[in-house]
Amino acid sequence: MANKERLLEVKNLNVTFGKGKNKFQAIRDVSFEIYKGETFGLVGESGSGKTTIGRAIMRINEVTDGEILFKGKRINGNVSKDWDKEITQKIQMIFQDPMASLNERAKVDYIISEGLINTKKYKNNEDRLNKVKNALLEVGLLPEFASRFPHEFSGGQRQRIGIARALVMEPEFIIADEPISALDVSIRAQVLNLLSKLQKQNDLTYLFIAHDLSIVRFITDRTAVIYKGEIVELAETEKLFSNPIHPYTRALISAVPEPNPYKEQAKTIEIYDPSQHNYNLNPPSFVEIEEGHFVLANNEEIVHYRSMSSIGV
Amino acid sequence: MEGNNTNSRILSIQNLIIKFRLRGQVLTAIRDISLDLYKGESLAIVGESGSGKSVLVKSIMGLLDKNGYINQGNILYKEYNLAKFKSEKDWLKIRGREIAMVTQDPMTSLNPLKTVGKQIEECVVLHQGLKGKKAYEQTLKLLTDVGIHNVEKRYKQYPHEFSGGMRQRIVIAIAVACNPKILICDEPTTALDVTIQAQILQLLKNLQEKYGLTTIYITHDLGVVAKVADRVAVMYAGDIIEVGKTHEIFFNGKHPYTWALLSSLPQLGAKGEELDSIKGTPPNLFNEIKGDAFAPRNPYALNVDFVERPPFFQVSETHFAKTWLLHSDAPKVEPPQALQSFFEEGRRYAYGK
Repeated sequence: MANKERLLEVKNLNVTFGKGKNKFQAIRDVSFEIYKGETFGLVGESGSGKTTIGRAIMRINEVTDGEILFKGKRINGNVSKDWDKEITQKIQMIFQDPMASLNERAKVDYIISEGLINTKKYKNNEDRLNKVKNALLEVGLLPEFASRFPHEFSGGQRQRIGIARALVMEPEFIIADEPISALDVSIRAQVLNLLSKLQKQNDLTYLFIAHDLSIVRFITDRTAVIYKGEIVELAETEKLFSNPIHPYTRALISAVPEPNPYKEQAKTIEIYDPSQHNYNLNPPSFVEIEEGHFVLANNEEIVHYRSMSSIGV
Repeated sequence: MEGNNTNSRILSIQNLIIKFRLRGQVLTAIRDISLDLYKGESLAIVGESGSGKSVLVKSIMGLLDKNGYINQGNILYKEYNLAKFKSEKDWLKIRGREIAMVTQDPMTSLNPLKTVGKQIEECVVLHQGLKGKKAYEQTLKLLTDVGIHNVEKRYKQYPHEFSGGMRQRIVIAIAVACNPKILICDEPTTALDVTIQAQILQLLKNLQEKYGLTTIYITHDLGVVAKVADRVAVMYAGDIIEVGKTHEIFFNGKHPYTWALLSSLPQLGAKGEELDSIKGTPPNLFNEIKGDAFAPRNPYALNVDFVERPPFFQVSETHFAKTWLLHSDAPKVEPPQALQSFFEEGRRYAYGK
């Protein structure tokens, strides 16, 4: 793992909204790394800050404190013009709701090429049309669709347009913010397959933000669990699911319904009680319990968690 | 328990056809459905969007849109035939009092200008005939029942002061306040987080026991189905294509559409491999559908599937499926690879019990 190239590094990220009395700290001291070619999952309930992290990387939300590095170079704060242009292209985003994220008054052709136009990333009009055509083909749509409006498409097709819009910029890193939550069950599998196909084909790295753990387990390589703006556990996905350590992760995993009536009806759900931690006297830090498996814990808990991970409960 | 169930039918839908007039055309949303609901059970209706699951339950509540009408069939409840109801006055005897509904989005189903206490009390006064202090006390009891603490303070608060999960609890309290016999839950947890979802489902289960409710769940989440349902009806293009006990559908499903739904679950997929997905799109309900509606998307389709609509074939006493694959002349077809081990695991559970 250690010799892999780090594509994105987030170091001690803090995001605060509001001022003075209305101050709200949405992200508290979050650090993680994303390696090239992997799919990194970010899970948590609504309001936990997972989207804020995604938006901070996209530079939509301002970073209050901390650093975000892309290929080892800083992307937050003041950056040079050339570097700004490059990261605008290299980091793209896919949004949650394909019904709301496409301009209803623009044709697909314009929607897909808007990024190209803004960055003047084409030689002539023919080149631009060619790029749009290729992007459409890549996501499994027909090139003729370029002259249509978004309302003429189904939800799954719209999400494909959203993906094509990201692809046309030839990105290296894509932030997918709940890309399939708004889709119907039968279409989810199609879009998931498309995302994995594109990853292999174009050598992409994903940050996959979701609250549906069954999908996260299927698609991600490593996963971070976030609770109220703090990452409480981070590990390889399989390890996280088979051997969750932090009580919040355990509660979250136990709450995921399984498609097995026998297991499901016999299951007891663990409930997370944040008051179980004694963090006032003994503040926690983010420690590596075993290789590649990080948990937020204080000294007292570390001992307990270590023994848990060695027995494998 | 099973013996009891079969005896006491509480609601019976017979040969129901529902059509909608739309821009001069006629759309058939429900295509000849028959379904029985037994007292005390919880039935889940699953299917993709546009399959007609919401239309079906709306017709039971008399809440069809203005351009929709029942073309044929009966909905029998007690001494009434709901399919023949014409006026709102007729429906007021049923709606809320006998059959109540919990809707999908708790953000939009509450009145933002009234305190939640008043909204619940409204139902208590109207349907239970209580007044004044008694109604107030009953409201507090309902609030406690749905797991809300500090009820006297909460009574005076407005919906915006509650979180999503808490609001859904209020919606449930309103539904239960009417003392219904049947509770319809239309995607009750789709708008909620997983941890909250688990709590709400548990609450609904507890209330079902406590009040002796019969429940209908509409959902597309098979995990939710596994948690709450005794029986499952799978809908596709306005038709029920398979119905049976939950374990029969999950581990002995017979219709290729049921297979497709199950095998597209990410839980069954192997990492790094393609997930099974359903190709194509559902049929256009403006057109007349010939044969099995799923046939054009069905890799297992037989020639007869394109010509004649399959009837229900009986699999067990409680399990029926509409697919020609069950006909005695049909070739033997194995479910997709991904499903076979899932079926096997399920059967181990079934026999282990």
